[in-house]
Amino acid sequence: MAMTVELPALETTDGTIAPPASRRLRRWTQPAIGLLLPLGLALAWEATVWLGFSNGRLVPPPTKIFAAIVELARSGELARHIMTTLSRVAAGFGLGVLAGTVLGAISGYWTLARRLLDPTVQALRAIPSIAWVPLFILWLGIFETSKIVLIAVGVFFPVYLGVMGAILSVDRKIVEVGRTFRLSGPAMIRRILLPAVLPAYVVALRVGLGLGWMFVVAAEFMGASEGLGYLLIDGQQLGKPAQIVAAIVIFAILGKTTDWLIEIGSAPLLRWQDAFGRHSGGA
Amino acid sequence: MLVLNGLGKIYPNGVNALERFSAEIRLGEIVAIIGGSGCGKSTLLRAIAGLDRATSGTVTLDDIKISAPHAKIGIIFQEPRLLPWLSVAENIGFGLSDLPADIRRQKVAGALARVGLADKADAWPRELSGGQAQRVAIARALVPQPEVLLLDEPFSALDAFTRRDLQDHLLDLWADTRPTLVLVTHDVDEAVVLADRVFVMRPRPGRLFEEIKVNLARPRDRNSPMFDSFKRRVLTALDRSLDRNVPDGDSKSTAGEAMWW
Ligand SMILES: Nc1ncnc2c1ncn2[C@@H]1O[C@H](COP(=O)(O)OP(=O)(O)OP(=O)(O)O)[C@@H](O)[C@H]1O
Ligand SMILES: [Mg+2]
Repeated sequence: MAMTVELPALETTDGTIAPPASRRLRRWTQPAIGLLLPLGLALAWEATVWLGFSNGRLVPPPTKIFAAIVELARSGELARHIMTTLSRVAAGFGLGVLAGTVLGAISGYWTLARRLLDPTVQALRAIPSIAWVPLFILWLGIFETSKIVLIAVGVFFPVYLGVMGAILSVDRKIVEVGRTFRLSGPAMIRRILLPAVLPAYVVALRVGLGLGWMFVVAAEFMGASEGLGYLLIDGQQLGKPAQIVAAIVIFAILGKTTDWLIEIGSAPLLRWQDAFGRHSGGA
Repeated sequence: MLVLNGLGKIYPNGVNALERFSAEIRLGEIVAIIGGSGCGKSTLLRAIAGLDRATSGTVTLDDIKISAPHAKIGIIFQEPRLLPWLSVAENIGFGLSDLPADIRRQKVAGALARVGLADKADAWPRELSGGQAQRVAIARALVPQPEVLLLDEPFSALDAFTRRDLQDHLLDLWADTRPTLVLVTHDVDEAVVLADRVFVMRPRPGRLFEEIKVNLARPRDRNSPMFDSFKRRVLTALDRSLDRNVPDGDSKSTAGEAMWW
């Protein structure tokens, strides 16, 4: 996992031979180009419906979706659904990250524990996590606990694998530097292993979070009375496509925002990684 | 005094990498170890460093037995091995974490200036050239003021010009506190310009084959006839260590080449 993270970074550093000014321009124009397609399609669809070529009943135009969001927001319902979903993701993510980090670290650090633990975890990983749903409901009931556990299961695996893989791939040569300076066990972990593992860990967290958002939808499909997933089901049953698309849009915004929070939060700790790309290009 | 007494190393796979290696190295002496590839030079150095345990024999430094990394022994590897998440200054201060912050900062600043990288204090290791990175590694190893500094082919990844630069620089730094240097190299030039004694090893099993004293005053002129004659002596010993027959006067064929593999 650590390898796949670094490769794109290396490529960009190799590619940036262009002078800084045009590079800065490109930094702004490139995302903008990415926006052209969705915005264009949205506008085209809006126009199509507005000109009467389609009634837009099954595929609501952007204004309808926006109206649906505004309506939900005004009644205070939207905030309640968002809070419910957010707290489920937060609880499940927290639980999954905790378990994945602890077990991943143990498996990465102790060979014996890895031999003992890893085959079982890998076997469990092969099970599509949604397959657990009936069992979780039987064991934990239909309410919050089973939902949170399902999300946690989804988050657990990428975090576990990321942490274990990252520890296993720590450069032995750098560990040896720690040894020559006679670091104690805890000092070795704090001063060598943790910083070495951090980049891969952040990636694992982001992958885990993505899965957390995926699984919260699955969890809220199984008998929820609140939450964005409930809005989806409700929209389907009552034939309100605008509400469905509105919920999807909000999922996208929340997913992107939380991912961005992890990225921003970890950026100061990972400055050393992209420093090369930023400084040497201009010099 | 660093005393190696009958050091031997047999790896778990049965390779007899080092056998009955004994030597006494005085404080402040510079010893170069040279020999064919795979003749146990790194094995020897790692045993002295306490990174790998020798299977027989002992290493003692001032009558202390060395079996694990020791504060008085520093090591520099072929690669700089800087920690990429620490700035250059933090890398140099890595071994000083026991000291109060202000003293540490002072020592690091001094070391940075000494290796001519004061302007790179806040740079990341990735932003350094190979030669600069190796200078940081030297500073990191020297700043805790070890009594013995071990170097395993420290300049072999650098171009010839930078290599010479760093050889001279290492001598300058050595002159400050005069630690013992034990340097593994493939470069006959490097051995003769730096060392008081050159140990030539022979492979399978790795043993001390010949010891050559380099009685040349420092700084040494790489172009002097004396320098050349020492180089020739080392090369001849190397050839003999590999059982290559070298008729008298024909050692020129290899003497012209600074690098010996
Ligand atoms: N960890 C190891 N396990 C088994 N055998 C090893 C190990 N390290 C080295 N050897 C073997 O021991 C012998 C000496 O190796 P060593 O690395 O000390 O040689 P060297 O003189 O440093 O060579 P070079 O000049 O190429 O660096 C070699 O035959 C090598 O194959
Ligand atoms: Mg070696």
